[in-house]
Formats: sequence, C-alpha cells, structure tokens
Amino acid sequence: MSVAETKTLEQLAKAEARDYLWTLNFGPQHPATHTTLRIVLMLEGERVVDAIPDIGYLHSGFEKIGEHLNYNQYVTVTDRMNYISPLANNIAWHGAVEKLLGLEITPRCKYVRTILAELARISDHLLSNGAVGLDVGAFTFFLYGFYQREVLYDIFETLCGARFTNSYTRVGGAMHDMTPLVIEKIRAFVRTFPKTLDDMERLLNRNRIFVDRTKGVGVLSKEEAIARSATGPIARASGVTRDLRKDAPYLAYPDLDFKICCAPAGDCFARYLVRMAEIRESLRIVAQAIENLPSGPINVEIEERTALPDKKQVYTTIEGTISHFELVMWNRGFTVPHDETYAAIEAPNGELGFYVVGDGTDVAYRARCRPPSYIHFALFPHLIRGHTLSDVVAVLGSLNIIAAELDR
Amino acid sequence: MALEVPENVVVSKLDELASWCRKNSLWPMPFATACCGIELMATGASRHDLARFGAEVMRFSPRQCDVMIVAGRVVMKMLPVLQRIWQQMHEPKWCISMGACASTGGVFDTYSVVQGIDRFIPVDMYVPGCPPRPEQLIQSIIDLQDKIQREGTISGREFLARQRQEPKRALVELPVISLPRGVSRLPQGVRVE
Amino acid sequence: MIEQQTVAATSAQFPAIAWSEFRGDTRGVVPRDALFAVLQYLRDQRGFDLLVDITCVDYLNYRDADDRFGLVYILTNTRTNETITLRAFVNDPDPSVPSVVPLWPGANWLEREVWDMFGIGFEGHPDLRRILMPEEFTAHPLRKDYPLQGRGERHNFPVLQRAEG
Repeated sequence: MSVAETKTLEQLAKAEARDYLWTLNFGPQHPATHTTLRIVLMLEGERVVDAIPDIGYLHSGFEKIGEHLNYNQYVTVTDRMNYISPLANNIAWHGAVEKLLGLEITPRCKYVRTILAELARISDHLLSNGAVGLDVGAFTFFLYGFYQREVLYDIFETLCGARFTNSYTRVGGAMHDMTPLVIEKIRAFVRTFPKTLDDMERLLNRNRIFVDRTKGVGVLSKEEAIARSATGPIARASGVTRDLRKDAPYLAYPDLDFKICCAPAGDCFARYLVRMAEIRESLRIVAQAIENLPSGPINVEIEERTALPDKKQVYTTIEGTISHFELVMWNRGFTVPHDETYAAIEAPNGELGFYVVGDGTDVAYRARCRPPSYIHFALFPHLIRGHTLSDVVAVLGSLNIIAAELDR
Repeated sequence: MALEVPENVVVSKLDELASWCRKNSLWPMPFATACCGIELMATGASRHDLARFGAEVMRFSPRQCDVMIVAGRVVMKMLPVLQRIWQQMHEPKWCISMGACASTGGVFDTYSVVQGIDRFIPVDMYVPGCPPRPEQLIQSIIDLQDKIQREGTISGREFLARQRQEPKRALVELPVISLPRGVSRLPQGVRVE
Repeated sequence: MIEQQTVAATSAQFPAIAWSEFRGDTRGVVPRDALFAVLQYLRDQRGFDLLVDITCVDYLNYRDADDRFGLVYILTNTRTNETITLRAFVNDPDPSVPSVVPLWPGANWLEREVWDMFGIGFEGHPDLRRILMPEEFTAHPLRKDYPLQGRGERHNFPVLQRAEG
C-alpha cells in the first residue's frame, strides 16, 4: 500500500502545476459503440495535453469463472469477451485446450474452424470500421456494414442457432457439423459481398472529410508498436509484418493462399485501409476453404475420450456408450495433463491467446486470456497527445477497443 | 342521450391522450455495456428498425430521453454511474432491463457483477435472452407501450410507489418449513407467505 | 518454437535457469533475483523484442507446488518467430519482483493488472495502482482464497425507489 500512497502525492504535485488545464470526463456512459470505458482528458483549449484512461467498468471476473467451469462450459463465457467476433474467441480457447491435451483435430474440423474464424474477422472489421465511420459522421457506411453483418448472423444462426455468442466449438471438434444449407449460404455470401464492399469503399476511401479527419491522426511508429506490444491490424498498419496465420500457422492456414495486409503510415487512415484489405483477403480464404472442405468426421475419434460421440455410435457400439458415459457423468470427464501452456490465434483485434494451467481435472486451474484490446488501450494516451478533442473519437474507433475484452 | 359528434372530433380522457402521445414517442437512452449493446444497435439498424415504434432517435443525453434500456451486465464500478444517469432522467421515465445479465446477473455470478439492476433502480420491463433477439426487444417496447397506456402518466399514479415497492420476493428470506417424514403436504390452515 | 542456439546461449549466460519443454513450448524457471537481468539479456542480445504477456498463477491448491505465486513472462522474437516462456516464483508475505517497464513500455498495464488481481508488487513501476477493480476495493480477487461470489462488495449500494428516482 505504501507504493500507491506515494504515487498519489506525486500526482497531486503534478496536478497543481497544471491546474490551468481544463479537465473533461469522457465518461463511462457515452455513445454505444465503445461501451464502458472512461478517459479523463486534460485539455488546453481544444488540444489534448494528457489523457488518463480509467477502466474496469465492465470487469466481470472472467478469469475467476474459468477456474469454476469445465473446458466445454467455459466456451460460453469466452463468447462474451470480444463479442463482435465470438467465434474467434471460441476457436482460440479450444485451440489452447487442445494444445494442452495434445489433441489433433480432424482435417474437416480445421477447415470449418478456419472458415468461421475468417467470417468472424469479416464481421469484426465491418463493425470496427463502421464504428469509425459512425463516430466521424458517416452513418450510411455504418448501416451498410450492419446490413452485411445481419447476413453473417443469418449464416451463424443456421449453423448453430444463435446469431452471435454462438458457443460452437467443443474440445476435440465442434458442436455439430456444417450442414449443406450453411455451405450454400456461405457460397452465396462470398458471391454477393464484394459488390457491397466496393460500395462501402467508394463511400469513404477518397472522401475528403474522412481522409482529413483520419490521415496523420494517431500515428504509431513501428518501434513504438513493438515496444508497446501492439499486435494485429494496429501493428500491421504501423509496418510490423507479423501475422500469426503465417508466422505460427494453425488450423488450415498452411494450405491456403492469402496475403498479409500492412501499411507503413501508422495513422487512423492506415488502420482503416488495413482492415478493409483484410476483409478482402478473408473473403479469398473463405472462398478457397469452402471449395476444398474435406469430408470426414468433425469430432476426434472415440478413443481420445474427449468429444461426445454421435448418437448412432452411442446406441450401437460399446465404445460409444462407454465414451458417452465417461464424458457426461460429473465425476468422470476427461483427464488433462498437470502442466501449463499458451496458445494464440490471430484474432481480428490482434493476438488473442489463452494461458491454460491444467491440474488433472476437467476444470482449468487458471484460464488467463491475453486480451489485445487491453494492451491497445494502453497505447491511447501516447497516440492522442497533441491532437484535438475531435480526434479522440477517431483514434478510439480505430483502435477497436471492445470493453468486455478490455476488462474481462 | 346520444350526441351528434362530427367525424373529426375525438372524445377521450386527457390521461389516455397523454399516455398515447408518450407511448408512441419513447426516446430510448441506450445504456449499452456489453453484448446486448450490439443487439440493441442491430435493433436500431436497418433490418429490425426500432424507429418504426417511435424510438426515432437514440439520444445519449439522459435529459432528453424517456426510457432507459440497460443492455448488458452492470458491474459494481458502473452501478453508481447507472444510478446517476437514472436520476438525471426527467419524469415520466421507464426502464427496460435487456438481457439476462441486467435482469439477474446472467452467466456472471461473480464478485463484481450486480445480480440484477432491479436491486438498485426500479425496472418496468425485463427482456430475457443472452442476448435477446431484436424481435424480443421490439416486443418489450410494445409491451411497455401497453403498460404506459394502461397505467397512465398524468395522475402520477406510478409515483405512489412507496407502498408498492415491496421488497422483491426473491430477496425476502422465506421461512424454512421442514416437513416431517412421510408427509407430502402441509396440514390444513398453514400458509406460506 | 525456439532455436537450440538461443537456449544454449542463454543457459551459458545464466546457468541457474531450469529449462523444460511441453507441447513444443520452451519454458524456463528463473530465480527471482536474476529475472530482470535475464529479460534484459533476452531483449538486447537475443532479439526478443515483443512482450506478449505478463501474468500470474496462484498455486495455493495445486498439487506438487512449492511456492505460491508463479509469475509468467511470454516473449516473442518478431524476426525469427521464436516464443519463450519464463517463470519466476515468489511467496507471501509481500511478494514483489522488479518491474520490466524500463524494458518494454507495454508492461505498464500488464503489471498493474497483476498487482490488482494478485497483490504482487512491482519495484520501480511508475504508477502502481488498481486498474480493473475500484480504487477502494481491498482484496485481490484472483487469489485462490477469495471466493467467486465475493464478500458482499457487489451489493453494497443505496437502493433507488421510484418516487425518489
């Protein structure tokens, strides 16, 4: 506690010297897009001298819940972290658990998870760029993006029943397989979406107002990005050519052909362009993967004793019955090594990783989420210093801070 | 005695007229915290359009709103903010608690999530779901409109609430009644409150 | 994924690190006093420029655990894509480690969160105060002896009735 006390005195000393500055509270309750975070801005006229973030307004104890729910139940909670692209969180969580177990999922499951991860990426980028547009004043762009997200929600609903917060993955596979109707809908989306994407780009890419509001605002240099642990589109827009899909490939990415989108400028406009380019690349990945979807089972074999077998096997084979019994009875379940591991995926927001500590039972001992939004929000004071009040919303939007991932 | 009333004259109680006006122009204050906030935005977007029901603008200033839609979990750090926004809204005002987390705490029975905002502010309408579909939210707006029409807003009946704000059933400690072995029903005359 | 040369060179410099491997990850247990030197060596000499995560595990109820808190540092080399995990164990009372904010500015908030959730102090941190919990909160929630539902802090607020709202 003595560490905290001396800090408050120092803060007081600094505040007295700057009490001619005007303090503006960019409060926890403000327009819906960025939900609950608070920034205390110290302004000199319109210029921001300092920005002190205050977070924790949505801290719900996710990591503590991870110590009480088992590996299949916790996927419902990981949905609610980055709730714009819940499938990416599910895939990251079960990727980490399967790494801990040393389980190799089936080829079909890898392709299905890849397709869904890319659709989640498209959904996330549509909303994040839509939010940038909305905050800057481009309401039509936001509505176009939202309409396409409704089409994606329709696909997810046909797949697993929920528009979003779909807890689709399970340890060793998925809830159930992709039906032909879902594949048809994805193909239709891949055919019709590029036209809307072109419309959206025509609205903003060369729009004088948008470009003036975002170019040169919130510049993050390459060295700063690495030193401050930025990952994902924010780092790539600053020139860091790191993408986990190419650098530490997982799922079906080694088989697919796609490019990494980077930009050298590091300002808000570069981040917007990187996200739009990533939507196009994701669409290419989905188009390739859906045509080359391997056939076969979606869950791992019965011998692994981790995924629930399908009903036909349960009723007709003894292996199926035993496996079902072992997994469902509350005092059995599957055994997990007494060790810890870390596994990350390239989530739409950055590097989303889970550090899982197993203790032999099927409830995690520690489920730590490495949240990209948390680390990117720490960049905010550095980016906003010297800019005007109206740039605060542009920079905040371009960082794509999701409060639930920020606070967990 | 029948009165000859021309076609363009409406006879009504002032109360009903005021309620009709208020219910058809409910401006929501979106208190969106988490995932339900995205469904709230989807309800306001073009496919399920909330503006059809009078919620034309989502004003973010509590001074200009009628109904506060609390969408998402409320954490103990956020609750004083929620209460302050509720106090800043002008009368008559209503509250819709959208989603499982706002109504009861939802999936999150943890050290920091408030288990239901109705413990701390008065709520008129609860929408279940995690997250509720946009159609469910629209249904709740329609039900709130019916409630406003039924209860009225001029007489201030809804503010005579001290006696009506009994502690919620779930928060009251029920007495433990243990039945002796072999008895499946309570004896005559015993009532459980 | 890590190259043998990195492990060998680091071992030569700091023989006290206990290496292990699990599922393709290379982990090293570092004694608390050598922690800052090891991290500085890895960043400057071996090119581990990206700090991925700083976290902590409370081993109170863990089988075969000797110390209570294990601090975990995950580093990545962006040029060669190697990842390394380092662990340092600290104990009650007053667990504390040197802060790595001078090496990576991104560690600022990560260490604040570990302080908030576990109570591990970081010597030399510029601004060590609570980040996720309210300032007046007294416990450290992610410790194993703190209950999931809390100790009643979440409902300790005044109730607004309709007439006075």
